[in-house]
Amino acid sequence: MANNLAIDNVGQESAEARLAKALVGFKLRDNAFRLLTLAAAWTVLILLGGVIASLIVGSLPAIRAFGLDFLTTEAWNPVTEKFGAMAPVYGTIVTSLIAMAIAVPVGLGIAIFLTELCPYALRRPIGIAIELLAGIPSIIYGIWGLFVLAPFLQEHVQPGLISTFANVPVLSRLFAGPPYGIGVLTAGVILAIMVLPIVSAISRDVFETVPAVLKEAAHGVGCTTWEVVRSVVIPYTRVGLIGGVMLGLGRALGETMAVTFVIGNAHKISPSLLSPGTTISATIANEFTEAVGDLYTSALIELGLILFVITFFILAISRYMLMRLHQREGR
Amino acid sequence: MNTMSNEQDDGIRPAAENSATAVQAMNPVQSQPAEKPIPQAVAKAAPLKQKVSIRDLKFYYGDSLALKSISLPLYAHRATAFIGPSGCGKSTLLRVLNRMYDLYPNQRAEGEVILDGVNILRREQDLNLLRARVGMVFQKPTPFPMSIHDNVAFGIKLYQRLPKAELRDRVEAALMQAALWGEVKDKLNASGLSLSGGQQQRLCIARTVALQPEVILLDEPCSALDPISTAKIEETIDDLKENYTIAIVTHNMQQAARVSEHTAFMYLGELIEFGVTAQIFTSPEKKQTQNYITGRFG
Repeated sequence: MANNLAIDNVGQESAEARLAKALVGFKLRDNAFRLLTLAAAWTVLILLGGVIASLIVGSLPAIRAFGLDFLTTEAWNPVTEKFGAMAPVYGTIVTSLIAMAIAVPVGLGIAIFLTELCPYALRRPIGIAIELLAGIPSIIYGIWGLFVLAPFLQEHVQPGLISTFANVPVLSRLFAGPPYGIGVLTAGVILAIMVLPIVSAISRDVFETVPAVLKEAAHGVGCTTWEVVRSVVIPYTRVGLIGGVMLGLGRALGETMAVTFVIGNAHKISPSLLSPGTTISATIANEFTEAVGDLYTSALIELGLILFVITFFILAISRYMLMRLHQREGR
Repeated sequence: MNTMSNEQDDGIRPAAENSATAVQAMNPVQSQPAEKPIPQAVAKAAPLKQKVSIRDLKFYYGDSLALKSISLPLYAHRATAFIGPSGCGKSTLLRVLNRMYDLYPNQRAEGEVILDGVNILRREQDLNLLRARVGMVFQKPTPFPMSIHDNVAFGIKLYQRLPKAELRDRVEAALMQAALWGEVKDKLNASGLSLSGGQQQRLCIARTVALQPEVILLDEPCSALDPISTAKIEETIDDLKENYTIAIVTHNMQQAARVSEHTAFMYLGELIEFGVTAQIFTSPEKKQTQNYITGRFG
């Protein structure tokens, strides 16, 4: 079609024909661009689908063997080939919760200090230090956790926790038993340190998007810095903050190496945070190489599937929360 | 919130309350618009009282001098307009009056700004209290990310713990004064961000008025607005003069002539001329003022 037009006017190419040709060219390029981006978008979906499919296929033997009992069984016995996911799932969730409970307040505090209170001369150095913290490979956190943090907690923190809460009803159960050093709490603390830079860097970035004039307006009605942050800065940036926290949580859930080093790798659930436990990713990392037998391998793959589902649900919940926020604000 | 109201109970932030009673005393006048005196007429009748007096004010951004020894008064219950080309220091001057510049390092003011006999530039001045007494409306509308009601109630709640009904009355009164009540009375719980630009700006005026400050600073409040919204805001300013002392920065000569009793013309950080608005616009003393007003430069 386009070529015909061009050939007809080949001798005396009028301005009109040139324009038509140019337009056809634009259209072709635009179509190519559209197809390219479409292909890129589909690639993501295909990859995602492939991962889900192979996880499901890989875990089929375990699903057939254990069914839903897999989720509620604590036992993990390679010898008798009896596997249950409860201990790693519990460990994953508890370590992540501990990490977020520490990292979110501290991270927000860092971000608020950096954007609202910190002298200008210190802003860049502290900001860069936080970004460096995010860039440290997790294996380094792992060995540091094992050789420095765990002994430190064992000697100086855990005995104190045990004796302090010895007579408090619920807390005495949470902080019971001998101070091993390694364990669920230590893993949570390591995770908190690893998640902290993500939370604080993202919160700092979103805090910086608050227009200066909006903050001035809040100061203008007589707000203190704390009131400005609480009533204007945080509500204005809520969406971004939730996104940052969720990213941090995603990292905490999936983090493998550092946790494997310090959690103790015990397939059991104990009420005490000081006792060793395990997480999904730590179990997979520890045992995949030595997994003999199809059922063992399949059980590990099913663990991976469960982690995938947990992460998916957390993303979905955060999306839903954001949607509700938008609706309430009438935006 | 609790600590805030405690402070107020202890009398640490008393002025907001004082001004509250002062304004309540004036409320009867508001409810009878027929008797509202024409501001120009008042200007002749009552002797002028200096609410704010700026003396030998110099302002620095780092090392550069932005205001060169400014001295002028702001008269109580009058509007003073600041005109001049961009960068002449009008907005800077306004930002000194509530010490907004204090938020930023490397900005400092020298000289004196006397508000009711007290130099607000002194070191021990409480900034939050000052900003509650000297309200500011910015060039761009700055509604807070909350509902219309909460936007107006926000400032009040910082300083006073009121019963819900009374708070609603205060919010209503403030929205009335800002000529916005009719448009928003049915959607007080909608987000402040859902309003149009002109409405947002009047919401910001309501928010400022709700605090019952003594001085209101308006930094080009109409520059982002259409003529209808501008007219509404000018009417609002006219009404506000009854209770408040007003300083307005504007690039619009007609607006300055319409809303103000006194006008200050500034150029390159200097106060060129200050006087009664009618006189500045009809027979200015300085050649520069005349040139600017007639549009020959700037």
